[in-house]
Amino acid sequence: MTVAPPRPTAGVRRNRPALMGRAPQDTPAGLGTYLLLAVTMLFAAFPLYWMFVIATSNDEALAKLPPAVVPGDRFMTNVDEVFSLQDVYFAASLVNSLIVSSVVTASVLFFCSLAGFAFAKLRFAGRNALMLFVILTLTVPNQLGIVALYIVMGRLGWNGTLLAVIAPGLVTAFGVFYMRQFIVNTVPDELVESARVDGATTMRVYGNIVLPAIRPALAVLGLLTFVATWNDFQWPLITLSGTDYPTSMVAISDLASGNYVIYRRVLAGAFIATVPLLVMLFIGGRQIVRGIMEGAVKS
Amino acid sequence: MSTTRAAPAQSRRRAAPGRGGSGPDERRLNWRNRLYRFDMRYMPYLMIAPFFLLFIVFGLFPLVFNGVVSLRNYRLDDPTLPYWAGFENFTRLAGDEDFWNALYNTFGIFLLSSVPQLLLALVVASLLNRKLRAQTWWRVGILLPYVTPIVASSMVFSVFFSRDFGMANWVLGLFGYGSPEAPIDWRADKPHSWTAIATMVNWKWIGYNALLYLAAMQSIPRDVYEAAAIDGAGPWKQLWKITVPMIQPVIVFTVVLSTIGGLQLFTEPMLFDPNAQAATGGPNGEWQTIAQLIYKVGWKDLNLGYAAAMSWALFLIILVVAGVNTLLTNRLSGGRK
Repeated sequence: MTVAPPRPTAGVRRNRPALMGRAPQDTPAGLGTYLLLAVTMLFAAFPLYWMFVIATSNDEALAKLPPAVVPGDRFMTNVDEVFSLQDVYFAASLVNSLIVSSVVTASVLFFCSLAGFAFAKLRFAGRNALMLFVILTLTVPNQLGIVALYIVMGRLGWNGTLLAVIAPGLVTAFGVFYMRQFIVNTVPDELVESARVDGATTMRVYGNIVLPAIRPALAVLGLLTFVATWNDFQWPLITLSGTDYPTSMVAISDLASGNYVIYRRVLAGAFIATVPLLVMLFIGGRQIVRGIMEGAVKS
Repeated sequence: MSTTRAAPAQSRRRAAPGRGGSGPDERRLNWRNRLYRFDMRYMPYLMIAPFFLLFIVFGLFPLVFNGVVSLRNYRLDDPTLPYWAGFENFTRLAGDEDFWNALYNTFGIFLLSSVPQLLLALVVASLLNRKLRAQTWWRVGILLPYVTPIVASSMVFSVFFSRDFGMANWVLGLFGYGSPEAPIDWRADKPHSWTAIATMVNWKWIGYNALLYLAAMQSIPRDVYEAAAIDGAGPWKQLWKITVPMIQPVIVFTVVLSTIGGLQLFTEPMLFDPNAQAATGGPNGEWQTIAQLIYKVGWKDLNLGYAAAMSWALFLIILVVAGVNTLLTNRLSGGRK
């Protein structure tokens, strides 16, 4: 019974003498692990693949059993239809999403790294109390304030404009928290001190020492922020629906409303709006993984 | 580093409080002095100010102001009502069938999505927690659902769960469940619609949570496993007796996260409805969640005061449930003997 207690590779309950007291991450994965992971990947990727299949199909292909599982040849036709729909503003919506996500990302990176630096390396009265405030607000679901946010935006006259979507995203508590952690761990105090002795101002220290040192963290936070902003739906729907300036998510939901929804169109639009994120995952996947995993250990 | 070299030459003279007046230009030194003092004393506040200003105006204030609005008559279509409503919105809430129905739906979908989500994430994490070839690619691949817009994936799943020619029905048919003559209508009742929506949520978040667990698993000290080997704990036992208690803080964290997210579920139930703009969550509110009801009350019925009251109720519910879940998770994952 007590032969080689293997690792809890849940699902693969195989006794592997190789494991003998070794930490799981040092134990080479067996065939069973690879198989189960492959199945997991299949489940993760299939809806995306199938989105493409529907986006390339004609109406007949979608109304038969068994369902189509290979892409059709109508992708460009469907895409053309999406772009030419008058009241959906799909092309403009992609530009809007790009504007909103870029501005929000740039702003989060700048303001959060600035505040993170101050909390990590500068001494000032009330620092700990203010940082505690940031941490407490991490878990506050702002979504619950949307009714009031709508009223505030109404007073400012911003409802229905991109400003209404951009403004609430400009800073995040998570960003400050993440940046502070990173700076505490990577920027040595001595470096900051010696720059000070040489007469560098705080902003100079930020620009010349901190920024170069936190590039990896900026990449992580930037990717996570961009993805989240691009995908945001509830608030943009509330403030932008029915206007001429939807974000792409709002435009897709417009495509999908009406008495008779044409799914090959909807999913052609959805596919186009997903591709930029897939590209980002392909290029920056390593950073995104790192960001998520680092966030986990710290919290 | 080279950065210090880049500092302007005169600044080497040490702008520190030293008022020795050694320089030829006393006034400039004074000015530098003042700049230095300003820099040390006020710059930190200037640096954190943008965050606090923006966060308070667009994050915190709405949350508080929401409380004020909930005590008011705030109808976009009828501005003639008296300004204050007192607790009218809240008393109305208590007797509102739609609200209780939405609460019931929200909890149902939440349970169906969070429990399998976290358990499967645990399984996937322990699969990933091996020495793998192409390790990064597995981890990145598992994030495909995470980067996919919920709007997009909800539309895919909407087609997947359609009654006629839906892939879900076809696959189930292969296993002898349902038939093409009497296809399952996933939008006809609570159990089916809840399952469909929970599937979307599970698909989206399993990989993300798995990475959180994986990170925690890899920071378990290695000698713990040596001890386990000597004790002869089997794999299943090891998972529950060692790994889970060791990563307990992260498990609690994910439980809180999925509680906060799950109880505010909006996009999936919205887009599961072919008539999404109505925000009714099915012809008879089969899967209308609270977030959806808030949207409907506020922006379809134009009663912002009442919607604000609902938001507050939801806030309190989230607080309570998150607290209870934290306690429960602590008991289940750590207290096990």
